[in-house]
Amino acid sequence: MRRIAYRSSMFVVAIASVVALWEFYKIVGPQDGGKLFGVSILPRANNTAMPHVWTMLSRYNRPEVRGSDTKIWSVVLSGTLFSLRLSLVGFFLGTTIGVGLAVLMSRFKVVQRGLLPYLVMSQTVPLIALAPLVVSWGGKLEIGSFVWPRWLSASILGTFLAFFPIAVGTLRGLASAPAAAVELMDSYAASWKQILFKLRFPAAVPFMVPAFKLGASGAVVGVVVAEISTGLKGGIGRLIIEYAREATGDPAKVFTAVFGAAALGITMSGLVALSDVLLMRNRPKETSA
Amino acid sequence: MSALEVVGASKIFNQGTAKQVDALVDVNLTVNSGQFVSLIGPSGCGKSTLLRLIANLLEPTSGSVRVNKKTAAQARLDQDYGMAFQQAGLFDWRTVSKNIELPLELKGWDKAKREARAKEMLELVKLPEFADLYPWQLSGGMQQRIAIARALAAHPPLLLMDEPFGALDEMTREYMQGELLRICGETATTVVFVTHSIPEAVYLSNRVVVMSPRPGRITAVIDVDLGSKRNEDTRAADGFFRSITTVREALRGTHAEHAAANAIRGVE
Repeated sequence: MRRIAYRSSMFVVAIASVVALWEFYKIVGPQDGGKLFGVSILPRANNTAMPHVWTMLSRYNRPEVRGSDTKIWSVVLSGTLFSLRLSLVGFFLGTTIGVGLAVLMSRFKVVQRGLLPYLVMSQTVPLIALAPLVVSWGGKLEIGSFVWPRWLSASILGTFLAFFPIAVGTLRGLASAPAAAVELMDSYAASWKQILFKLRFPAAVPFMVPAFKLGASGAVVGVVVAEISTGLKGGIGRLIIEYAREATGDPAKVFTAVFGAAALGITMSGLVALSDVLLMRNRPKETSA
Repeated sequence: MSALEVVGASKIFNQGTAKQVDALVDVNLTVNSGQFVSLIGPSGCGKSTLLRLIANLLEPTSGSVRVNKKTAAQARLDQDYGMAFQQAGLFDWRTVSKNIELPLELKGWDKAKREARAKEMLELVKLPEFADLYPWQLSGGMQQRIAIARALAAHPPLLLMDEPFGALDEMTREYMQGELLRICGETATTVVFVTHSIPEAVYLSNRVVVMSPRPGRITAVIDVDLGSKRNEDTRAADGFFRSITTVREALRGTHAEHAAANAIRGVE
């Protein structure tokens, strides 16, 4: 309990320091930016580039567009929830695919040797290039009465970023079972499936939890970038792009959406952290770092 | 009645290549039911290999291994033996009780029967109050006792142990030796025990099998006659020291050959 109290107080301190640093720079920083050897290096400290923290926060309680009844906080909230749903779908698919691939690769060394280089290469393809492709493929896809919804393309791109760390982490975890433990299971004539579920997966948990954390943030990045590059409506990515266009007239507006995206990332990794606490509660404390 | 029969067993690794290792050559060993047999010898003498042949974790290159009147493979499928290693090898994510239940789970026992047996085994190793703790909350000696309880949970007639007390301090080690003798006496288990320690081998065994390296083989089999009831006084008895001397001399032979083999390799 004390550890939780300590960590949450550190969280507050960390946020307060960033706020303080932001406002401090606004006081001491050059209003029109600073140049070093003719190159702009220091950001502008004026209210257009860097609105006051309280301006950003109070913006939440004002209408989204002039004369409208809808306050901006409700727009940002619903956008964040929309993207959260997409990220969860992406993360879920990514986990299924990642863990599935890891099991396959640990079972068949041939698959591992053949597949792993392609998995590594897949991550070097820029997401922006992939997004329109996935949308157009999905649009052409028809399986019975199943019609590919537009949002699924965004989730798939989340999956694309999420599955890789999960596959690699799980693979390492499955291989981490000590040789003596495998020998012990062999001495009981345990089947491959019994060894997988009673030894390899439990032994993999300390590797899988951090992999899930990476996967969860990957899913968020994938979804937000996909929303931006495919112009999908309803999510936080689209809001960021829309509000950024109004940056000159209403500089605080875009920050409301940026904080929404940050909250989305924190929520996702919070969900994974919860699984960490549940799965690791009975493990030796040294390894639960 | 023989619990274990090894006839003309050899194990050659990387046969026919430059890296060929004659781990075991023409080994014959019969162990009767209820006997305690130790395998002792310098590193590379093949004692662990022999244990793994008996456990069917390795297949012999030639010769045969029969456990409990069955082929070694069948005996492994039937869980006719339990095994304990130098590292207790308990699963961190299972409670002590669940660790003992592992072999029973794999055999498909139902929950109530498993729990009853785990409780019985914990009584046997005198750790009944630790059922719900996790292995990493116990000392090394306690962990090793749980590992023995796990190895014996399915009541196998044969127990195979690979330097199980090698990682324990001297005091704990002697205590564990006494406990092992008591447990095996109560359960009438046959034991094949790999060790580096001469006093340990003599104190525990009815027979000490002395092995030597390059190629791995049995060079002497020494009967130890210290009676069936052994206790701390046994460690001070004349017979104990005599047997230690006999084993030591048999081992010295293997070391001399060992040295000679090294010398020849040096000339090559």
